[in-house]
Amino acid sequence: MHIVRSPKDFYAGLIYLGFGLAGLWFGAAYPMGTAGRMGSGYFPKVLSGLLVLLGLLAIIRALRVEGSPVGAIRWKPLVLILAGCSLFGVLLQPLGMPIALFILILCCAMASREFRWDPRALAGALGMVAICALVFIKGLSVQMPLVGDWLITLLGKV
Amino acid sequence: MEMLDNLWLGLSVAITPINLGWCLVGVFLGTAIGVLPGLGPSATIAMLLPATFGLEPVSALIMMAGIFYGAQYGGSTTAILINLPGEATSVVTALDGYQMARKGAAGRALAAAAISSFFAGTVCTVLIALFAPPLTDLAFKFGPAEYFSLMVLGLAASVVLASGSIIHALAMIVLGLLLGLVGTDVNSGAQRYAFGLPELADGFNFVIVAMGMFGIGEIIANLEDESRRDLGVKSVKGLMPTREDWRRMLAPTLRGTTLGAMLGILPGGGAALASFGAYALEKRVSKHAGELGTGAIEGIAAPEAANNAGAQMSFIPMLTLGFPANPVMALMIGAMIMQGIQPGPGVMAEQPRLFWGLIASMWVGNVILLVLNLPLIGLWVRMIMVPYHFLFPMIIVFCAIGVFSLSNNAFDLQIMMGFGLLGHILKKLDCEPAPLLLGFILGPLMEEFLRRSLLISQGDPTVFVTRPLSAVLLALAVAVLAMVLLPAFSRTRDVAFKEA
Repeated sequence: MHIVRSPKDFYAGLIYLGFGLAGLWFGAAYPMGTAGRMGSGYFPKVLSGLLVLLGLLAIIRALRVEGSPVGAIRWKPLVLILAGCSLFGVLLQPLGMPIALFILILCCAMASREFRWDPRALAGALGMVAICALVFIKGLSVQMPLVGDWLITLLGKV
Repeated sequence: MEMLDNLWLGLSVAITPINLGWCLVGVFLGTAIGVLPGLGPSATIAMLLPATFGLEPVSALIMMAGIFYGAQYGGSTTAILINLPGEATSVVTALDGYQMARKGAAGRALAAAAISSFFAGTVCTVLIALFAPPLTDLAFKFGPAEYFSLMVLGLAASVVLASGSIIHALAMIVLGLLLGLVGTDVNSGAQRYAFGLPELADGFNFVIVAMGMFGIGEIIANLEDESRRDLGVKSVKGLMPTREDWRRMLAPTLRGTTLGAMLGILPGGGAALASFGAYALEKRVSKHAGELGTGAIEGIAAPEAANNAGAQMSFIPMLTLGFPANPVMALMIGAMIMQGIQPGPGVMAEQPRLFWGLIASMWVGNVILLVLNLPLIGLWVRMIMVPYHFLFPMIIVFCAIGVFSLSNNAFDLQIMMGFGLLGHILKKLDCEPAPLLLGFILGPLMEEFLRRSLLISQGDPTVFVTRPLSAVLLALAVAVLAMVLLPAFSRTRDVAFKEA
């Protein structure tokens, strides 16, 4: 018999508690003011306090009520997709949009079970990059560099 | 007839070739993205929002409305054909729609959805034109206390819709409110929870939050279980409903429209509530109640009419009060603000062409849906059948470029990633993202109106119950919450969600 009977409630409660405590901690310095003249800290502290309370309630509930376990997490898609989005943001300026986008597409595609190293898939990804470059940079003039800063420096040195 | 004059003015704006064209483009794109499995209207609109930035305000909003209808209908198509509802509003449609599709009547099911939606849309366009002016007058009587109470009501209503324990729905709302406060405090100019990052000075952009939680979060969830896609049909034939179908659709469509129009005004996601309610109502009153769940056309007509009526009526609080009743309306407000229009009671008097043009375009959008989407059904089916592992990298690419183009800032991608992760974790724990999103939108507004109300009353909290309008709104909120807490209601609610 485990102490935690409802893991989902328990972890959700921990998350609420975490956000609530963080809200109180980082908001500690914001001035409270009074109800009639609210400072910038009044509403955040009330909300954080409520969140702590709800977190505690959820944890108590988790100890008393039977609930279902948390489903297994498949790490591969989770990590690859999040990493792909993050990398795209990091690499956009230094490497330029086409290369960053290609890496993003590759990361995403690898997240699928159906992924195979296939020349046609690579060609598809390259085609996608070309279309996006044409549509978004040339057509809709989104402010993305075609050639990144690093590449310009590299090419400049050669 | 003032209303006819207004509608005429609106129509003259909406059917200029340019605006008609953008409406068409919006409906087409909205359906094309909306049919993709796992992408509901909110995610679709968030993804397509950047595409409207270059247009002039009227065209941009008309295109947004077109995207909205297209996305809604696309969601129903996916629900019927592969039993994968993108959002709560089309959950009920999937029940009977998918069964009909499996019996080989997919065409008639899709037609029933389109026709009942069109009927509801037409009725609600007239209702909005009729009620918008008096409600705008009422809106001018709204002080900060009334706005605050209205938001409380909206949040209370969103609790009803969230499945699972009330603690979690409440916590999602509070967490959303708190996340909404990140950035500069409008009153004092102080930075809150920005950790010295200039990128956070203006807070999180709502579009990014929506794309992260709905778009990226959904994709990761779909990838965890890639096998669950099951197309009930190989091709769609026989779109025309039979005479029997027409007869059986009539009453449920009328009932659904009425229910949707009434619940839709309620802030906090009336559309989903309406579609659940309409289905439950059919189970009570329909002559064919026994067939519901096995592929009865009533089970499509009623919730689809209710859902469309509700979705359209949620434009009323948006247009008259500038109040976002659901995430979709928040995106519309976001689009208005980016076009330099401050949503609220002033819009009708200051920008009559925009106001009535938008209302008229609702009807035009519904017409386009009927004449464009049904004939193009073959194309939508083919889009649904594209294997997911080809589709989702493209969706992510559009999300990534879209997020970047919002403010040409690469840091926004990290924010999107963060919300994607948060959304995924919360989903794993059975916490619904919709109340969080509503809280997120309302956070700063709520603080501002609370602050102003208490400033006027010099710190006296009774102001919310001594002003009659505000007291009524708060009483409604209490009633809604009490309803959820009643054991009898929570049992039916559990049943409703289980069936869905």
